[in-house]
Amino acid sequence: MADVAFQQGRVAGIGSKRKRSSLRAALKRKSAAAFLMTLPLILLISILVLYPAFYSLHLATLNKSMSRFVGLGNFEFLFKRETFWLVVRQSCIFAISAVIFKALIGFIVAHFVHNVPAKGQRKWRGMLLVPWVIPPAMSTLAWLWLFDPSYSAFNYTLSFFGIGPIAWTGDPDWARFSVILVNVWYGAPFFMIMYLASLKSVPEQLYEAAAIDGANWWQRIWYVTLPMMRNIIAITTLFSLIVTFANFDIVRILTAGGPLDHTHIFATWAFRVGIEGSDIPLGASVSLFMVPILAIAAIFILRDVNKRGNEA
Amino acid sequence: MSTMTVDKGAPTRKVKYGSMSRDRAWALRWSYFFLTLFAIFSLVPPIYMLITSLKSSAEISAATNPWWVFHPTLSNYIELLTSNQFLTFFRNSAFVSIFVVTITMLISVPAAFALARMRFWGSATLATGVFLTYLIPDSLLFIPLFKMFAVIGDWTGIQLINRWYVLLFIYPTLTVPFCTWIMMGYFASIPKELDEAAIIDGASWFQTLTRIFIPVALPGLIAATIFAFTVSWAQFLYPLVFTTSTDQLVLPVGIITTLIKGDVFNWGQIMTGALLGAAPPLIIYAFLMDYYIAGLTAGATKG
Amino acid sequence: MADVLLRKVVKRYEEVEAVRGIDLDIADHEFVVLVGPSGCGKSTTLRMIAGLEDITGGDIMIGGDVVNDVPPKDRDIAMVFQNYALYPHMTVAENMSFGLRLKHYPKAEINSRVTEAARMLDITDLIDRKPKQLSGGQRQRVAMGRAIVRNPKVFLFDEPLSNLDAQLRVQMRIEIKKVHQKVRTTTVYVTHDQVEAMTLADRVVVMNRGRIEQIGTPNDLYHSPATRFVAGFIGSPAMNFLPCRLEDVGGKLNIRLTDRIAFPLPGARAARYQGVSRTDKLLLGVRPEHIAEARVHTEPGVEAFDAMLDVTEPMGMETLVYFTMDGTQVCGRVNPNAGAHDGAPFRLAVDLNNMHLLNEVTGVVI
Repeated sequence: MADVAFQQGRVAGIGSKRKRSSLRAALKRKSAAAFLMTLPLILLISILVLYPAFYSLHLATLNKSMSRFVGLGNFEFLFKRETFWLVVRQSCIFAISAVIFKALIGFIVAHFVHNVPAKGQRKWRGMLLVPWVIPPAMSTLAWLWLFDPSYSAFNYTLSFFGIGPIAWTGDPDWARFSVILVNVWYGAPFFMIMYLASLKSVPEQLYEAAAIDGANWWQRIWYVTLPMMRNIIAITTLFSLIVTFANFDIVRILTAGGPLDHTHIFATWAFRVGIEGSDIPLGASVSLFMVPILAIAAIFILRDVNKRGNEA
Repeated sequence: MSTMTVDKGAPTRKVKYGSMSRDRAWALRWSYFFLTLFAIFSLVPPIYMLITSLKSSAEISAATNPWWVFHPTLSNYIELLTSNQFLTFFRNSAFVSIFVVTITMLISVPAAFALARMRFWGSATLATGVFLTYLIPDSLLFIPLFKMFAVIGDWTGIQLINRWYVLLFIYPTLTVPFCTWIMMGYFASIPKELDEAAIIDGASWFQTLTRIFIPVALPGLIAATIFAFTVSWAQFLYPLVFTTSTDQLVLPVGIITTLIKGDVFNWGQIMTGALLGAAPPLIIYAFLMDYYIAGLTAGATKG
Repeated sequence: MADVLLRKVVKRYEEVEAVRGIDLDIADHEFVVLVGPSGCGKSTTLRMIAGLEDITGGDIMIGGDVVNDVPPKDRDIAMVFQNYALYPHMTVAENMSFGLRLKHYPKAEINSRVTEAARMLDITDLIDRKPKQLSGGQRQRVAMGRAIVRNPKVFLFDEPLSNLDAQLRVQMRIEIKKVHQKVRTTTVYVTHDQVEAMTLADRVVVMNRGRIEQIGTPNDLYHSPATRFVAGFIGSPAMNFLPCRLEDVGGKLNIRLTDRIAFPLPGARAARYQGVSRTDKLLLGVRPEHIAEARVHTEPGVEAFDAMLDVTEPMGMETLVYFTMDGTQVCGRVNPNAGAHDGAPFRLAVDLNNMHLLNEVTGVVI
């Protein structure tokens, strides 16, 4: 399609001996126009995304007052700190377990929604997507209040079952559980909606053919649904991995990294060190540790997106 | 693609006869049971916000049944909606979001059109670059951006830090790449014959964009607008980093930094503020759910 | 109203030559159909006339002006696309008037033109509908209406009927012909369907692999194809081609098909092929309607032979019979009452007065 237009440009170049001046001028105008139309985008990306990304690398090599080049000194410092290793561990636990639960719950819920008659699907989908719609900073406040140590609505309810007051955000293990719970609550609807869209695109005849071939419910999921959804599952999971790994709002508001730095993840710790602690180079170094994971996930996403593009 | 955007429900599965229908009836019952559980799980926090917002501080500290309002009162709402400070937060948030949406659309729609239709040198690379940019999270950029704007302030004397409008520069980094990406998808799905017909009818490139592409891709445009708005409205990290004075804060940061005083939590007001802060996206969602969902799924299904 | 001239027009994409230097004169008011298999360059040619593709070499003239560098909107042409390309957000009237509105025509003028075109195409009732609410045939009419209101020098049609079902296609074909009879605008029409080409065209241009194989009236092409490609492409079922050679038997010219089967050529044909080398590999081209059941009294030049039928296809008014001759499948058309049966022997007769003789190597009709 559009590559025809691209080739026009080439062909005009080849036939330059012929007098095609006005058409060439028109083409030139066209690419000039195209360039102008994308210029704000290019400027935005290069000045406010690419430049800061590289600037971050530079910052990470300076000392706290940013007056002296210290090379890898910040990283050396980080490696020696116990908190850093806590953050690495917690970031991985947080991101991986949250993504797994989001993916599972999203898949299950999507199936249930897909199962009910089409008339009701809209209503259920509408309710189930609410967690994703509320700004996470706002909903995390509600969770914080639900977890409140003295007036906790959860503990109030659990006390009827004889389960005794839980320090949801006070105890390191429970705090880890809580931040993951809130993240799953917030992110599962996104998976649900993606899976639902993908489920609807599986042709009904495939299920009918599988049923005629004698496949039971479970085999239909395994041999029809999952292979058909493979790509969307991969993209959604990788995408969610990036977002979860880089999460800030939930942990910041729910525990602010506490108790005793046990729930800090890269983003919140970088904020604590870089902004609150005014050690910008160290903060930059901390957030740079996200890059490898993000890059790997991004490469896989890009591969899948391109694959989809080629199939289309 | 405009046809697939507003997708009302899946094909209905007909109830079959005999044992099949019995199995299906049970499957349906289980589905409803679990869906109800999940819906409760989803809705507990917002409902709890509402419950708490209707309580007085006295009732909250009395530690009665937290799930019930015994003496409903609107005092929290009245107090917040008459507080200049809260209204300033609201106004800042509204300004930031509306301006960011405008900026985002002005940047991403022409760019998406150029990338989808007017192939030029490097356009494929740029399209991929746009998608990759979308994957770069705010938590990677906030420190260098903060330092950058501090340095700009030192050099030029134009102090942008701690001004709400600094966010107008920063939020587009979150909204533009995604909006460009989904608009590209929508534009690319418009049959090429349509712009050829327009060209033969005598339309210029600009007229093709404004009179054909934008109206035809309107569902995509709405989805992108909603996305840009909700992202700007919900953003928390950047305003927390860039703004500190109470008159410059946007809603999420304002609620958290001013309503939480030390370790004194005025939960009634916090929940009211949170609910009011959640209201604009929720209202948009309630009225434009299909567009909202289209925008959500477009990122992965387009392109 | 204008003529369209193509002079040595070439289109090259990278290394691929899509159109390899074609010359074509289309007279004013003429209805010309470009036909050929997909990839033959017919659509590219049309798009070059429209200005949607720029030309690599040669000249295109519309109404006497060279338009090589003229952008589409200034060529004064209108185009109807295969998928109609109606603007989905505009009503029928808005679709039809879009081009005029862009050119800032007065409102009254626009209205009268749209009304007139709608009346001509019988879509007056649909004028306020959106394309979504129209059937395929109605959309096609609107697309034509959009072309008509512009009152252009040239109409360009790019496979306009291929998205319609068979019945509608026949109806719209007639419709297009009627419109052309009324407005008399020079028309270039691209299709892959030879029936469309035959029924619509004043002249048909058969294209193959970026070249023009033959230009002629529908009857010319059917009765005197110039090449094997044209002979095989025009007509359905397609012409049979049987390997053969010529031999002299007792002063007479015979055409030998197999070791067992050879026919004497009728006088006119014999005279015409006298100069052909007896050793050349040749092809006998016979249309299915010239292979029929043998009659008791045969006319001169009609030669009877026996064949073992493989398959018969009753079509109602005729029955198609298929048999194999020396490994080549041959199709004939016989009277449905002639008693042809699958797998049964049958006596057929070939009318050599309507035969074609082709050079197997060059594919040229002799």
